[in-house]
Amino acid sequence: MSKFTKKVMSAVTLGAAAFMMAGCSVAKNSGSKGTTQAHDVVKIGANLELSGAAAGYGNAERQGVQLAVDEINKAGGVNVNGHKKKIKLILRDNKSAIATSSSVAAQLTTKDKVAAIVGPATTSAGTAEIPNITKAAVPSVSPSATDSKYTLQKDGKVQEYVFRACFQDNFQGTKAAEFVMDKLKAKRVAIYADNSSDYGTGLAKAFQNTYKGKVVANQTYSAGDKDFNAVLTSFKSKNVDAIYVPGYYTEVGLIIKQARQMGIKVPIVGGDGMADPKLPQIAGPKNATNIFYTTPFSTRVAAKDPFASKFMKAFKARYHTDAPAFSALAYDAVYLVKNAIETQKSDDSVKITAGLAKTKNFKGVTGEITIDKKHNPERPIITEEMTNGKISNFYKVD
Amino acid sequence: MQIVLQQIINALSLGSIYALLALGYSMVYGIIKLINFAHGDIYMLGAFCAYYVISLWHFNFITALLTAMIVSALAGVVIEYFAYRPLRKSPRIAVLITAIGVSFLLENGMSYLVGSNARSFPQVMEQVNYNIGGIVISNIQILILATALILMVLLQVIIKKTKMGRAMRAVSVDPDAAELVGVNVNHTISFTFALGSALAGAGGILIGMYYNQIDPLMGMTPGIKAFVAAVLGGIGSVPGASLGGFLIGILETFFQSIGLSAYKDAVVYFVLIVILLFLPAGIFGKNTKEKV
Repeated sequence: MSKFTKKVMSAVTLGAAAFMMAGCSVAKNSGSKGTTQAHDVVKIGANLELSGAAAGYGNAERQGVQLAVDEINKAGGVNVNGHKKKIKLILRDNKSAIATSSSVAAQLTTKDKVAAIVGPATTSAGTAEIPNITKAAVPSVSPSATDSKYTLQKDGKVQEYVFRACFQDNFQGTKAAEFVMDKLKAKRVAIYADNSSDYGTGLAKAFQNTYKGKVVANQTYSAGDKDFNAVLTSFKSKNVDAIYVPGYYTEVGLIIKQARQMGIKVPIVGGDGMADPKLPQIAGPKNATNIFYTTPFSTRVAAKDPFASKFMKAFKARYHTDAPAFSALAYDAVYLVKNAIETQKSDDSVKITAGLAKTKNFKGVTGEITIDKKHNPERPIITEEMTNGKISNFYKVD
Repeated sequence: MQIVLQQIINALSLGSIYALLALGYSMVYGIIKLINFAHGDIYMLGAFCAYYVISLWHFNFITALLTAMIVSALAGVVIEYFAYRPLRKSPRIAVLITAIGVSFLLENGMSYLVGSNARSFPQVMEQVNYNIGGIVISNIQILILATALILMVLLQVIIKKTKMGRAMRAVSVDPDAAELVGVNVNHTISFTFALGSALAGAGGILIGMYYNQIDPLMGMTPGIKAFVAAVLGGIGSVPGASLGGFLIGILETFFQSIGLSAYKDAVVYFVLIVILLFLPAGIFGKNTKEKV
């Protein structure tokens, strides 16, 4: 190593050390539970899947979070007991990995001393975060961890610091089954679920428990699969009335494409993992007809709502694409935290937790949210219908 | 009967992609005894290259295919030169670990550069379905099969009939002896990488067209399955790799069609274990005893 590099290295190390110490001195822990914030800024952490397998969802949520934070700061900041504070967003990547999510949570709570965490996008990364945030008494709002047991401890008691903005799998699967029975009047369905996520299997299970008709085939695929022809050929020979495909748009898009090209014309029904503008692009617009999915956020409903349409416009102006449901939920997650800070008149993490648990009739872009005893949002569910790649109709169920 | 035939068509189009990928694994292994785990990611690079030339410069299928193959070939040669060549005399495990490192570099590098979202592949040609007695086959499926077969025959001709092919065979038997009789080992190995990677690149664009979707991690699973195909056919054997690819395609399709889709990947890896236990040389592999 040359002398020069040595000098640079030691300077960098010193700088880094100084920076870390500065970080410690800013947010002193008052000795009691939880984190407290400095005088003029509220730190909010984001533990998101910015790379790895779930990066598509993590990045969509990052966009929603950043939009919300910038908007709040532009309007002066969060009102903490009459004193306006700017939000400082600390964005960390959990690489879609369980172990990294847990260490990111530790960094955010002990090193960065954030007031609250938004994220992660997936249930598995979210569950990995729980021990660390509970120890630090910092609340976390996941925009999209939908597993029914996510907010609960093993014995059924609620996880004190765990919240979510989306609805849970049981609810969504049940509503999809009711929709298939009542609106589509399907007597024979095939289920084709993503078995690499709790999301896919959870929805499939809830659907099967509610659905009264005949489930003629129950098959699964894994995330990353691209060829569904073999299974779809077998569905075709069984004359199904509808196909239920709980999973994410990357694979469901391909399933739709391959089914339609094979001549399967029956309705294809899925969950909010499909609610992304890329779905019709992947499936091909012509193929994306007679498609239904349950979602917390509908662009059609949003267009009629002044609050949500403002969000849609801001999102489009900044990212040049229609807002996917993931971004809308992440946006709401940030505002849920802001709302909790303002109603509690405090930015202590413990107080925010109490505020989040008491959230009532919170007006988000994805509809009105009331957090129930199990930290699940009570919110309306919408079923969207897609024709030629465009949302052609929607059914709202309260 | 119709369903059976339909499933056979599904199996063949899936199998031909595995076969194209397996050929690259097999060739590289045959020559430098390295399992090039970055091979699946070269296939991803080929798909992305085709994506860009088609959507930016509106290349047609043939020119896009050739560009993807050339770019992948270059990538293969560059990777060999920088990552594997310096380690030629080191233990095999070191090179193997490097290959895994290169694979991660390509996957995460591309995720960083282009984003990890899945994107739809531009339609180079309109899909037309032909209905022959209730069996649906699309022009793209025919194209995939035809391209794969042509490339396999071409590869066989290169290996068996050309001077470079002879050099490749010589190096695979004994690199030192080949060098003694005047074969440039480095060039031969580079050429092998170029050839194998070009095939992977071709697989990439075919997959892009067929499934209409690409992403930076698309090479992971097919890469591993193609590796199984290469082992099944007899790693190091070119006809073996083609056969192995088709067999894996058929196996997967069969298990999905009888309703055991949850086990389709498990079955492929189970086959790998069985082959390694009972027929380690594969179907076409030479069962040579190592002399001590």
